Amino acid sequence: MNAREMNMNDRSKPTHSIDPDILAQASLTRNLGEEDICLKVEDLDLYYGSKQALNKINMHIPRQRVTAFIGPSGCGKSTLLRCFNRMNDLVDGVRIDGKMLLDGQDIYAKSVNVADLRRRIGMVFQKPNPFPKSIYENVAYGLRLQGVRSRRVLDEVVENALRGAALWDEVKDRMHDNALGLSGGQQQRLVIARAIAIEPEVLLLDEPASALDPISTLKIEELIYELKTRFTIIIVTHNMQQAARVSDYTAFMYVGDLVEFNDTNTIFTNPKEKMTEDYITGRYG
Amino acid sequence: MEKKSIGQHISQQFNAELEDIRNRVLTMGGLVEQQIADAMTAIVEADDRMGDIVINNDYKVNAMEVALDEECNRVLALRQPTAGDLRLIVAVIKTITDLERIGDEAERIARMGQHAAQSEEGRVHPIQIQHLGDQVRAMVHNALDAFARMDTELAVQVWREDLKIDQEYESIMRQLITFMMEDPRSIPRVLDIMWAARSLERIGDRARNICEYVIYLVKGKDVRHTSLEHMEAQARMDHTP
Repeated sequence: MNAREMNMNDRSKPTHSIDPDILAQASLTRNLGEEDICLKVEDLDLYYGSKQALNKINMHIPRQRVTAFIGPSGCGKSTLLRCFNRMNDLVDGVRIDGKMLLDGQDIYAKSVNVADLRRRIGMVFQKPNPFPKSIYENVAYGLRLQGVRSRRVLDEVVENALRGAALWDEVKDRMHDNALGLSGGQQQRLVIARAIAIEPEVLLLDEPASALDPISTLKIEELIYELKTRFTIIIVTHNMQQAARVSDYTAFMYVGDLVEFNDTNTIFTNPKEKMTEDYITGRYG
Repeated sequence: MEKKSIGQHISQQFNAELEDIRNRVLTMGGLVEQQIADAMTAIVEADDRMGDIVINNDYKVNAMEVALDEECNRVLALRQPTAGDLRLIVAVIKTITDLERIGDEAERIARMGQHAAQSEEGRVHPIQIQHLGDQVRAMVHNALDAFARMDTELAVQVWREDLKIDQEYESIMRQLITFMMEDPRSIPRVLDIMWAARSLERIGDRARNICEYVIYLVKGKDVRHTSLEHMEAQARMDHTP
């Protein structure tokens, strides 16, 4: 009876078996040091003419992680994405205040060579846009622009890029066919191969899978997972489940404001802002 | 997550599904409470017929668990719920498991009641266990109330009740041991009561689990296996969505 009584005494006490601090550490939250931050956005405002499209955006994009931007149409996520490689320079009447830093260097400084910046920050768009050339020439294009002539170097880079984009096995026997003969999903992976062939630091993906079928979409998502070991990836997507699947961090934007930026895990299970909760659970749009 | 916000999805159908799941959990809870009450009558009154009723009704609790599980799976697959909606589904899946187990414990108590009724010596010492039974039943009721109203304060209060239940269980054990030492012939009957008390104590633990799910549902914090103080802090934490 004694043993049983002791047992009972133990049960009546509240258990303290897991320390809350340990639980917190076990969660996905990571404290990022300065060297882990690839891109910094500081107090960024953007105006299209008199209309303000981005409002005091502040965020740190972690290196070699996938960061997703989500939000309803017109919230500014594509605008913000295009700021990273100065695609907005091409739009008339755009004014940008605030800072955007790549590895601590201001992207908008006068001394920056935009072509060089875009080599370091590659971009893939919603609709696949291969050049009307052969598969090989599409991938080799960037290197040729840089003046690479060696057949051996080009062959090697093209193969590695196509392998990196999970397209090699499908096209290795038809490298000199026209790229426009590929399927939509293959074209999109070709465009990604073209982007990674020149070894950028950052890949910007603007709705990379929204024009593709579910299987091609999964291939692209799998590819993003592979690529993040080498590149910092920022993806804009309307597909929230896709953001949840592929990204490590998620930013929710709404009419030009960055509402919440957090671990993807936190955003999709326990967001801190009511607006985020309403959006991701489908309560308004 | 406020209760009213369940009904604000763009998809009316999704609203209806979540509301339906919530209501069915509460219906299942009501049935389980009734099972506990009937099982207590069976053991306290040594009522053979009441024992039969409880044992025969357990299949209803089981069927409700299976049906709700299926519905939750369907919602997970088709709606891919997130944030508060996801926590509701997860909390429901866990809650109904505990409710089903509470149903099993009620059945066990009813069997002890039948056993007592069928033994020649008849009923013994049902008084203390009646009080324990009332308290445990109130605990289950309040835990479900906290779930229905998404009331974390009530959840903490109910959770704390379980400490009292554990103490009372312990003192009942001591008394029953004394009875057995005084009169060894009473041992078979006292053992029935002892098993029933044990079942009631387990029901208290399961009601406490449900309270923990309520805090997870409302605040998004998992408070299982932590201290009471930590749980209270989480339950009172400001949580906007």
